[in-house]
Amino acid sequence: MKILVCITHVPDTTSRIAFTNDNTKFDASGVQFIIGPYDDYALARAVELKEQHGGTITVVNVGEAETEPTIRKALAIGADDAVRINAFPVDALFVAKEIAGVAKDGGFDLILMGRESIDFNGGQVHSMVGEMLSLPSVSPVMSLDIEGDKGVITREIEGGKEYMEVSLPFVAGCQEPIAEWKIPNMRGIMGARSKPLVVKDPTAGEARAKVSAFELPPKKGDVKLIDADNMDELVGLLKNEAKVI
Amino acid sequence: MAALVFVETDEGNVKKSSLEAVSYAKATGESVTAIVFGSVSDTAPLGKAGASKILHVTEDRLAAPNIMAYASAIAEAMHQENADLLVLAKSSLGDPVSARVAIKIDAALASNVSELPSGDTVKQSIYTGKAYANTTLDGSNKIISIKKNAVPISEDGSEAEVVSFSPTINEADFSVKTTKVEKAEGDVLLPEADLVVSAGRGLKGPENWGMVEELAKSLGAATGCSKPVSDMDWRPHHEHVGQTGIKVSPSLYIAIGISGAIQHLAGVNSSKNILVINKDPEAPFFKAADYGVVGDAFEVIPKLTEAIKKAQA
Repeated sequence: MKILVCITHVPDTTSRIAFTNDNTKFDASGVQFIIGPYDDYALARAVELKEQHGGTITVVNVGEAETEPTIRKALAIGADDAVRINAFPVDALFVAKEIAGVAKDGGFDLILMGRESIDFNGGQVHSMVGEMLSLPSVSPVMSLDIEGDKGVITREIEGGKEYMEVSLPFVAGCQEPIAEWKIPNMRGIMGARSKPLVVKDPTAGEARAKVSAFELPPKKGDVKLIDADNMDELVGLLKNEAKVI
Repeated sequence: MAALVFVETDEGNVKKSSLEAVSYAKATGESVTAIVFGSVSDTAPLGKAGASKILHVTEDRLAAPNIMAYASAIAEAMHQENADLLVLAKSSLGDPVSARVAIKIDAALASNVSELPSGDTVKQSIYTGKAYANTTLDGSNKIISIKKNAVPISEDGSEAEVVSFSPTINEADFSVKTTKVEKAEGDVLLPEADLVVSAGRGLKGPENWGMVEELAKSLGAATGCSKPVSDMDWRPHHEHVGQTGIKVSPSLYIAIGISGAIQHLAGVNSSKNILVINKDPEAPFFKAADYGVVGDAFEVIPKLTEAIKKAQA
């Protein structure tokens, strides 16, 4: 089985978010970058599926040179080779076109990625790739098994889940609890150094949603503490001050 | 030109978030057509919210949510109605459907939009609520997927004309087969809820959730939980609020026995008001809270529930 796993290179979830250049650029100073947490679930499931069914895992990232340590980490976790499309990921359309370009002639049985990136939270790329390649797409996927030539999937919906089946090949946007995150071991880290990482130029270069400026939310005021024995006061505040109940 | 709104239903009722999408579309100044699939108990709220026309899809095969078939139907409706703007509420169905439509109709797509647009520029919530981006959408067709509470639901619209809409059926759109659906019935859906009561490990075990549910019931709130609680299977995954779970933006978020790890805060930081109940006065959550009670959850929750019931009486 040939699996393509698409990963984002994003600030760690504990990062302080700040901007530079007159609020037009993300301030990366002191920020640790990681594989997108949802993409990390997709990668972990891909490694498990490879263990069960054999095959290969290719990782693709659309990003500039600074994303290579993140790609190497994916190789250390268990991917066999990697492609980096050498471009800043402007928007979901831009990224999806590049991924579709990599996937088109790759003969992949499965294209996995996270349900969304944790920087723009759009949740669009998997479905755009599916549409561009005329492949089915499912997201957000909580569990994924391969039985013969079909995928058996649980998809989360508001307040519950859907159980589905779809023939290979297809695209899935993954989330927990599809697999446990995998931590690379020393052998993986050493091996990752010599695994192939091909850098390609972008081919489509098309974006439709361009950020003109970033903003931070207004600072929160101080907490108003209410005595645990005075719940009437709390209810009064929620009712008359916050006007929410 | 005109706007189309993708309307979702829950147990036959139009979702509140979809009414917000209709009012949002109306507020952009376009004439609004809503498209809704399957049985709907009452279409009147769509008219009141601002729709002048409703395309009702009644084909049996399209009654249940289907990402690809809905995307095809919406693209066809956009064309039929000469619409250049699609508005929808961000959801587990809206995300994949809107992305496929964007490719079909060659549209610029913005998600998590939190305010009305200013010309071609929209304000998007990014970094899981920690920042905003002002994003310019380039192209004649646009899709805006809105965040909860982006606009108030209008109620001054008039009756909408309901027209039956039979989209072309493409067999390829039915390649994903839904074999079973499991859904809690009668509950307030977490992402839709205006009030959310969430609890964490401080509750000590799933057997203690009765009082959380009772507090939620007294408020008509949805229940949520922290990641450890869903990881330990005390509560189902669809209640997990946080960075890798559900992101909520209610008017009031009540957090009980949750310390306030940054990953949890990422899921709640768009809430209008946050009330934190925790016995540890040093819990980081208090820094993100508007109201706080330092006290033992097992004592505070019943007292709070009682005070709410008294105020409602």
